[in-house]
Amino acid sequence: MSFYTAIGLEVHVQLRTRSKMFCGCSTEYGAPPNTHVCPVCLGYPGAMPTMNEEAIRLTVLMGLMIGSRINSYSKFDRKSYFYPDMPKNYQISQYDQPLCIGGSVNINVGGVTKPIRVTRIHLEEDVGKNMHFEQTSGVDFNRAGIPLMEIVTEPDMASPDEAFAFLHAIKQIAMYAGVSDCDLEKGNLRVDVNCSVRMDAEGPLGTKTEIKNMNTFKGVHNALEYEVSRQEEILLSGGIVLQETLRWDADQGTTTGMRSKEDAHDYRYFPEPDLMPICLSGETIDDLRRTLPELPAARRSRLVSQYGLPDYDAGVLVADKAVADYFEAVAELSSNPKAVSNWVMTEMLRMLAESDTTIDNVRIGAHELAELISLVDCGTISSTAAKDVFMEMFQQGGRPADIVESKGLRQVSDVDAIELLVARAMTENPASVADYKAGKKAAAKFLVGQVMRLSKGKADPRMVDRMVESKLSGS
Amino acid sequence: MTTSIDKMTAHEAIAELNSGNVSSEELVTALLKKIESRDAEIGAYISLDADAALQDARQADRARASGKSGRLLGVPVAVKDIINVNGQACNCASKILEGYISPYDATVIRMLRNEGAVFVGRTNMDEFAMGSSCENSAFKITRNPANTNCVPGGSSGGSAAAVAAGEAIVSLGSDTGGSIRQPAAFCGCIGLKPSYGRVSRYGLVAFASSLDQIGPIAKDVEDAALLLGIIAGHDPMDSSSVKVPVPDYTASLKPNLRGMTLGLPKEYFVDGMNSEVRDAVMRAVAQCENLGATISDVSLPHTEYAIATYYVIATAEASANLARFDGVRYGKRAEGSNDPVEMYYSTRAQGFGEEVKRRIILGTYVLSSGYYDAYYLSAQKVRTLMRRDFQSVFENCDALLAPVTPTAAFRIGEKANDPLQMYLADIFTATANLAGICGISVPCGNTSDELPIGMQVLGPAFKEESILQVAYAYEQEQKQVAKVASKQ
Repeated sequence: MSFYTAIGLEVHVQLRTRSKMFCGCSTEYGAPPNTHVCPVCLGYPGAMPTMNEEAIRLTVLMGLMIGSRINSYSKFDRKSYFYPDMPKNYQISQYDQPLCIGGSVNINVGGVTKPIRVTRIHLEEDVGKNMHFEQTSGVDFNRAGIPLMEIVTEPDMASPDEAFAFLHAIKQIAMYAGVSDCDLEKGNLRVDVNCSVRMDAEGPLGTKTEIKNMNTFKGVHNALEYEVSRQEEILLSGGIVLQETLRWDADQGTTTGMRSKEDAHDYRYFPEPDLMPICLSGETIDDLRRTLPELPAARRSRLVSQYGLPDYDAGVLVADKAVADYFEAVAELSSNPKAVSNWVMTEMLRMLAESDTTIDNVRIGAHELAELISLVDCGTISSTAAKDVFMEMFQQGGRPADIVESKGLRQVSDVDAIELLVARAMTENPASVADYKAGKKAAAKFLVGQVMRLSKGKADPRMVDRMVESKLSGS
Repeated sequence: MTTSIDKMTAHEAIAELNSGNVSSEELVTALLKKIESRDAEIGAYISLDADAALQDARQADRARASGKSGRLLGVPVAVKDIINVNGQACNCASKILEGYISPYDATVIRMLRNEGAVFVGRTNMDEFAMGSSCENSAFKITRNPANTNCVPGGSSGGSAAAVAAGEAIVSLGSDTGGSIRQPAAFCGCIGLKPSYGRVSRYGLVAFASSLDQIGPIAKDVEDAALLLGIIAGHDPMDSSSVKVPVPDYTASLKPNLRGMTLGLPKEYFVDGMNSEVRDAVMRAVAQCENLGATISDVSLPHTEYAIATYYVIATAEASANLARFDGVRYGKRAEGSNDPVEMYYSTRAQGFGEEVKRRIILGTYVLSSGYYDAYYLSAQKVRTLMRRDFQSVFENCDALLAPVTPTAAFRIGEKANDPLQMYLADIFTATANLAGICGISVPCGNTSDELPIGMQVLGPAFKEESILQVAYAYEQEQKQVAKVASKQ
């Protein structure tokens, strides 16, 4: 028995604007409750919304990034339902004429690239946050009115892995375009999923369920895995999947019902009379198109062709736009792009993770890292010493040449000096010399290590290798 | 004071204040005294802000003494209880907003303040502006100063009654389907509904957002022009306000109508309308002709759909606009509920009056899935047709003349239990809101019962100067006639 899964997503992405969607209140995260509020975002009697043009620009930008058609005429609508976190008891959203129509995002799962179609992107306002205390409940309206774009996909994803890949791809694109910070911990990205399972590959989609409001990609993946197998079991046992809205309980690892199809809201959409329709001229859209940044996938292939990097490296580097920007800044200054890639992918990313910082705040400038790489390439310092220099720069800043001098890390490549050390190591370790002669070739490695120790790590390891080898085989 | 306070207009008040005959403090004190003596009978005000008003009046006097000026410096203005004034209650004559104190000024209030206006109190109205008689106020009924057994009209009945009773020099009302023009006609004053987008709605508690406009109610046309000139203009806080320059409405007022063509829409002179109303309006039409206007018969063929269209669109928008009154953030909250849903139910059940509930239910129904196309969408299409009716008529006419209402003021309680009859009171006024055009109500005589009758002058969108001109010339002619009559 085989099953076919169809998954569609609705991704709510908080836009990177300084003020809210319909008023001048700040969007800053983490302020004390109800300090970023005004009559407009609190839904006070008589207050009216005014449009945040930047939110429209960012949404259009996102649409252009994924190849959407931008509507020259779009409008806002009121979506009515009662909930304490909703100041007006209607949400200003877009119903039948959203800003962006169509488009697609490529995902890569198991080495296969697959396009996921996007149905639409529309703009709407966020709601407040309900808070529950021992005896009472409260609402924090700081978040109410923050602009969200909702990206709705077709049910094109065939597995939780594909959904997971799509979320990463969309996050990457949103960050590339600078439309969102995509900070999951701050709830910048929230996901509703639609999921159905069927047994006939060619047949119509099965009955779908919807799981609401998840804010981690891992959570989405887990919820989908659970839900797909739940539906498969129902179908296997000859049952019928009910169309319903579910909630994902991350602690229990299960989905639970919120409401059935019969209880579905009638949102009574109608055009928002307080806001004028949005009219975008072809010229405006073309101007925006010219400001588009390179898409991550395009950049990945460019890094391969322009810098001769392996595809794997390019993939790691473009995952974060800031990291890729950093790589390119260093690579432009260096004659060894592969070494730049190695440094960024290993030392830099490891240190960033360990110190919980971002590449924008790093002390090592592009010139400094390029210089460090050239010091290694010229044989001025060993790669071991280079790591020490890197650490020093990462923690304290400074120029690599200065650090090499002050720490005395310059590599010794004087034949006479090294020969003395080799002779000394052999005198001090006659047993190893004997082992080597008896056929234990590994004894040479021990002697090389001893030479390096005697040089305090400054001897050029390649020279030491060569000289120990010739000395042993010569004597 | 050469004019007594109850007859005084704003332009007269400014002249008196500027000449030093009276101080703003004296003016406000006299007005408060008048209110004290008369309002027990009329019930025009829901609340007074005497202390704040006197304080502002004294400040205006000091400002004037130091050489400052303002188009309304020191002049008291009464405000309908639906417009937010910082620090004052704004109840919309509803129990659900009991305890709500406004934290901000509506844009019109800010503009009036900038010109030195003083706010004396808040006038009664039908709850959330839903009604044509002021009987739907949760707090009190207001009586018509011309006959206290009659309603003052609505929903801005308190604003009209206050002006007519001499309890206000000028006032602000709001008009969604006739709520300024109809009470002005019933009470015998001037009431102007500006074109949609002419005056900012920011701070006006929304009833039907695509129809609402704030406008002045005044004792004469010059005051209406003066007030409109102050409150009109684009407001960045209201996206529906339009960037059209504001002309000097008072400067262009002339005592004749030479060169103007005025249309008489046949659909506004229907069979079955009160003959005294028809005769009074036709006499006024004849006077306009005498003043030099060319009168032309015209037709607005979709007028008969006005009430149905109006009640679909207005209630649909109201059902969403009034959803925010839920007891969560401000106003009344019903106690004793166990969960939010129960709290919503009891707060709204206790807080809203019958008519408001009726309209919320109606509006919810017409927007419901499966009914939207049949009601709301159809209504919007008819609305477009009505707008075109007016556009084509205004290609040949500068303004239209019509009655404001089919009858003069009715008796208190007469229609209170018959909502459909009550809705028909808007039959000649709702069209202007649906089409977004401007209209003004001018007194044009009385019935045999001494109840005022109003003539309506309708003009193209953003042509308030045209309707003010017609109203002004007619008003001046009336004053001449009255003067001659009193000499005989």
